Amino acid sequence: MSGTAEQTLRAEEMTLNMGPQHPSTHGVLRFVIRADGEVLREAVPDVGYLHRSIEKIAEKVGYHGFMPYTDRVDYVCAMFTNQGWGMACEKLAGIEVPRRGEYCRVIAAEFNRIASHLLTVGVLGMDIGAMTPFLHALREREMINDLIEELCGARLTFNYMRIGGVAWDLPPGWREKALAYLEHLDPILDEYNALISYNKICIQRLANVAPISREDAINYNLAGPNLRACGVKWDVRKDLPYSVYPDFEFDVPIGHGQWGTLGDSMDRYMMRIYEMKESAKILRQALTRMPDGPVLAKVVRNFRPLAGECQVRVESARGDQGWYVVSDGSGYPWRVHVRTGSFAAMGIIQKLSRGLMIADLVVLIASLDVIAPEIDR
Amino acid sequence: MEPLQIYERLKERFGERVLETVEKKPDPFAVVDPGALVEICRYLCDGPELAMDCLSNETGVDYKDHIEVVYHLFSYRHRHGAVLKVKLPRENPQVATVEGVWKSANWMEREIFDLVGVNFEGHSDLRRILMPEDWPGHPLRKDFVEPQEYHGIATVRESPIVRLDRQKKK
Amino acid sequence: MPLLNSLPDYVLTTKTDELINWMRKSSIWYMLFGLACCAIELMHTGGPRADIERFGVTPRASARQSDLMIIAGTLTLKMALRTRLLYDQMPDPKYVISMGSCSNCGGLFQLAYSVCDGVDKVLPVDVYVPGCPPRPEALTEGLLKLQEKIMTERWLAKAPRAKEQAA
Repeated sequence: MSGTAEQTLRAEEMTLNMGPQHPSTHGVLRFVIRADGEVLREAVPDVGYLHRSIEKIAEKVGYHGFMPYTDRVDYVCAMFTNQGWGMACEKLAGIEVPRRGEYCRVIAAEFNRIASHLLTVGVLGMDIGAMTPFLHALREREMINDLIEELCGARLTFNYMRIGGVAWDLPPGWREKALAYLEHLDPILDEYNALISYNKICIQRLANVAPISREDAINYNLAGPNLRACGVKWDVRKDLPYSVYPDFEFDVPIGHGQWGTLGDSMDRYMMRIYEMKESAKILRQALTRMPDGPVLAKVVRNFRPLAGECQVRVESARGDQGWYVVSDGSGYPWRVHVRTGSFAAMGIIQKLSRGLMIADLVVLIASLDVIAPEIDR
Repeated sequence: MEPLQIYERLKERFGERVLETVEKKPDPFAVVDPGALVEICRYLCDGPELAMDCLSNETGVDYKDHIEVVYHLFSYRHRHGAVLKVKLPRENPQVATVEGVWKSANWMEREIFDLVGVNFEGHSDLRRILMPEDWPGHPLRKDFVEPQEYHGIATVRESPIVRLDRQKKK
Repeated sequence: MPLLNSLPDYVLTTKTDELINWMRKSSIWYMLFGLACCAIELMHTGGPRADIERFGVTPRASARQSDLMIIAGTLTLKMALRTRLLYDQMPDPKYVISMGSCSNCGGLFQLAYSVCDGVDKVLPVDVYVPGCPPRPEALTEGLLKLQEKIMTERWLAKAPRAKEQAA
């Protein structure tokens, strides 16, 4: 054999296409991958396959009419997008939401957060090659879907909130069902941890994969659980409080890197498990302390806020969601822009992908919890 | 620090190059000279008192007579935010990129370039992000006209009521 | 049919066509291909409650192995060309279910500049499932309709004879 091993085993750099129909469950994403064997040189994301021009539609349909479209900005946790849009309009017009309305919003949103994180966790299992976590997560999600369906009549695209509150009060008997579900959820999460989270395979697959430093996370504008996994204690619900969140006691879990490095995929995964427990805490308090009263403020049908602009920030399941709305005083918004966690998370993938294995790229996407419509809107 | 105090400080430091500060409710903002944008951003990001370490949002708005690029800045250290704007002409709008200050600007500027048509000088990878490469025009401009077809696919669908009416008339 | 009675109970007689169709309809493999909101309901349909696998319907990751394409969600113009490419990669006989209003006719997004209003502009569609998004039960119903359609197909029927054609 002539020459060194390096010369004889020299590999050409490959360019691979991954997606847009890639069998991962995050919607239509495409990556152009340059790889040296199994090791990535770089993965360049190509997005826009689900760009549905929601921001332009807002300029055509008016303030009330845009509410169903906000569901489609992030269909996995649509309550938050509803809430963000509602809050932006209320801030523009100076409307105050009745207290019971705010409680209904928080309850619906936190249930939605649990449902969204369940999906993330289940799909992450499926992405690393395990079907069981997915089925377990969906089983729980179905129950939350039932609850939300009873609340607002839809399983996925809720359209529950209105400008000035929520559309309906809780149905009779719903509170007891919700509390019973929370009783059921806690042992399920422990079971889930025992089955998947602390499973040796899962830890080895996720720990030390694509760690993000604190500085990078802030510089790249990561949000929500992805940011907290890097050790930044920042939660809009606590730090820029909105709605009735100051009434509740809950912790903001952050990553500590006990499985590997700080800010690795395992930290990001565990953030979701912790947050589900915190959401359950908030829900118990909210359900037991609900005040009486109306749920919807009086808002005129022909809604025309004064000319001006505002930005509101909502802590969605995928992070800090910013709604920037410009009004010109007419019945139609002049410009609406949503700043989302997934868009930011997608921006950092190109940097993180350098030197990863191809299989770890899938783990990275799953642990960042990107959802295609939130990237493209 | 409140946004207005931040704008005051900017005015002290940069004088004329901060064109105006608007106190309008609910969100006050400052309009700055496009030529001084990067310098101002650098100052906001690096100074220990302001420490705006995060560009939380950047977007473009078409106002029919001019285009504005809006920067929402935020400081995780001090928990305060500010809004900066630059006004650009509608024909061939150009402004320097702030990618060198905040990495998150890379994708947001690509999106503004794609949808509003603002050119960011010095951007490392300025190409369309959401629309296909061969798409004509910038859709979030107010005078954007939707093309009739794209690669042979008609972009509008006739309403069934209109079609029924036509059939009836026949 | 006299043949039927002359055989013991455990022997079934049927037409070859029906046998083929019965086998085909009981193993529809669909492409794991979610576009938008409906993809979540598609996942729920494959999940533990709706459990679509009891009809022999199972997801495949590759277009080249699948018989059925479920267009689950909004088809944008950028995606429409790729979807056509994927459809062309599927082996015959192939079927398409259009799931949800967006892929039926553009739905909510008819006002959008970047959305292809209806998947039938690029692909032939067999079953339309309405809803925004359709519930898992609705998608299951759509699949049963597709199975009915598969049962009516004829594979071995002889071409009509020249004499009959003349007559």
